[in-house]
Amino acid sequence: MVYVIVEHIKGQIEDITFEMLGKAKTMGSGVTAVLLGDGVDTLTGQLGAADAVLLCQDPNLANFNPEAFCKTLASILNGKNDDIIMVGNTSMGMEIGPGLSAALGMPLISYVTDLSDTSVTSALYGGKMSVQSGVSGGYIASVMAGSFSADDGNISGSPGVETVSAPDLSNTKVRFTRLIEPEGGDVDITQHDVLVSVGRGIQNEDNLEVVQELADKLSAALSCSRPIVDNKWLSKSRQVGKSGLKVKPKVYIAVGISGAPEHIEGMKDAECIIAINTDENAPIFDYAHYGTTEDLFDVVPAICERL
Amino acid sequence: MNIVVVIKQVPDLVEELELNDTGTDLDREWLKFKVNEFDDHALEAALLIKDAQGANVTVVALDNGLDIDKALYAAAAKGADRVVKVTGDFEGYVSSHAAAKALGAVIPSLGADLVLTGVQAVDDRDGQLAVLLAHQLGMAHVTVVTDINVSGSAATVHKEYGGGMIGEFNVQFPAVLGIQAAAETPRYVPVAKVRRAMKDTNIDEISADAAGVDAGTEVQKMYKPETGSGAEMLSGSAEDIASRIVEIIRGKGV
Ligand SMILES: Cc1cc2nc3c(=O)[nH]c(=O)nc-3n(C[C@H](O)[C@H](O)[C@H](O)COP(=O)(O)OP(=O)(O)OC[C@H]3O[C@@H](n4cnc5c(N)ncnc54)[C@H](O)[C@@H]3O)c2cc1C
Ligand SMILES: Nc1ncnc2c1ncn2[C@@H]1O[C@H](COP(=O)(O)O)[C@@H](O)[C@H]1O
Repeated sequence: MVYVIVEHIKGQIEDITFEMLGKAKTMGSGVTAVLLGDGVDTLTGQLGAADAVLLCQDPNLANFNPEAFCKTLASILNGKNDDIIMVGNTSMGMEIGPGLSAALGMPLISYVTDLSDTSVTSALYGGKMSVQSGVSGGYIASVMAGSFSADDGNISGSPGVETVSAPDLSNTKVRFTRLIEPEGGDVDITQHDVLVSVGRGIQNEDNLEVVQELADKLSAALSCSRPIVDNKWLSKSRQVGKSGLKVKPKVYIAVGISGAPEHIEGMKDAECIIAINTDENAPIFDYAHYGTTEDLFDVVPAICERL
Repeated sequence: MNIVVVIKQVPDLVEELELNDTGTDLDREWLKFKVNEFDDHALEAALLIKDAQGANVTVVALDNGLDIDKALYAAAAKGADRVVKVTGDFEGYVSSHAAAKALGAVIPSLGADLVLTGVQAVDDRDGQLAVLLAHQLGMAHVTVVTDINVSGSAATVHKEYGGGMIGEFNVQFPAVLGIQAAAETPRYVPVAKVRRAMKDTNIDEISADAAGVDAGTEVQKMYKPETGSGAEMLSGSAEDIASRIVEIIRGKGV
């Protein structure tokens, strides 16, 4: 059996869940979706890709809580050590995967891009290396978003629902207090046809001028990778990727971005990706349509001159 | 309060990564290592708490036979009160499960209210350490943390989800937090200050072992991902390439 942990937030099932369900269906040993929450029974109708649903509802599961979710899943999945458990390699999954591995004594493989009964592939070293792990028997896979098609697993239908009760969750040391929505930024990068996206290759804040000029000439918006936001050079609303925004522009020009899996998640569906990166081994070139290893400080001004 | 920060070195991805003879791991002999960037954020988060309200900050690392001393001295120069090297059989790749076992054996003797790790490292095939370590220590955990607000024996923390959405949690100590980003950019420490720390700081050594604990699965092979559907690489001078890029962009009707 393959157990797929359903991820949902604000009443919406996340794409990663459908991606995992679609893949799980092809593995041939049956699929059980595991749904935790409160008042989420209505979501089961979207889990038609699964053969069965294990549903656990409790007021303490109304919002994700690392402790409550790990404790509940450990109790529901106890004894399933010969099965495969799939969880998203997401913010929530990064608590659940290791939490279950520790609690159930099952092996855990992270950053998974493909899996079967015998082997599992992970993207490590910022996407620069793939690693194939041999497996026999049960394991937990923490699956990277975007590895499988969501359409294959997004099937409405009503699989049989088995209701299970939660363990006592009244005394958790972690308490959810609230969900904070992102602040609206000065631009909405998801609405632009052209994005000039800048990464750590730009070196410092002053150099942002170089890419800003290109963005201006193209009437494009400036977006960026995470380190640029962590350095406070650009606002969070411009971040593309796992913890930023998903974008799908006509043209995405990645300037000095390595293409770590967490960045790729946010932009791989762009129509045309052009990557400028001096490292010929940068993973961004695996996803780009056009690439150059010219120095950004040479090629970007040269592009501007021609516009 | 006592804060323990665990750090480790990871291969610097700027360098070319070569495989070993069996194709199951990196050839570590010539690799350049650096402190995991998220660990710098974890240390910064600890030092910010220390600056704001006082705290005792201990930085711990497994002795990997590399330059970990330098990393520990740098941590001391930034403001760590104590630096500890965990000695044992930790050369080469150490799985997250094994690291959790070894660190889990040492940390109780350091009396931690709060343990901070980096959210992840580029080489953690068997999952991220923070949660595994929390389990070893019997502590609460929250990972992907971007903000910590300590009040008494608990903290309010921000955990980042996709799209910039944040879950806010109240966590009772003792707890392990996996740090994605500190509230401030990690502080810079001049080399002269690190040199002084090398003279003034004593690295404590505590031994531990993680015998019998590993990732639970074997690496069959490691390889550079095929670039089958990869990019068409543009050649010529920067000017030629620029012209081609303009053509491509215009070709998309923008
Ligand atoms: C839970 C989690 C969520 C995350 N979410 C995100 C996210 O939403 N978005 C995101 O982007 N990252 C995210 N990250 C971080 C991600 O793992 C990487 O650290 C990040 O994407 C790297 O950014 P970068 O490519 O700009 O920097 P680097 O990886 O440092 O790459 C810089 C690149 O610039 C190139 N370069 C340097 N100089 C030049 C030059 N002169 N000309 C041309 N090229 C040059 C280098 O060759 C290098 O490839 C997340 C990480 C975690 C753990
Ligand atoms: N061997 C180790 N020694 C010390 N700290 C570690 C070790 N492994 C992991 N960590 C800590 O946990 C973080 C996440 O690592 P990992 O779980 O390997 O992704 C690292 O950045 C460190 O903060």
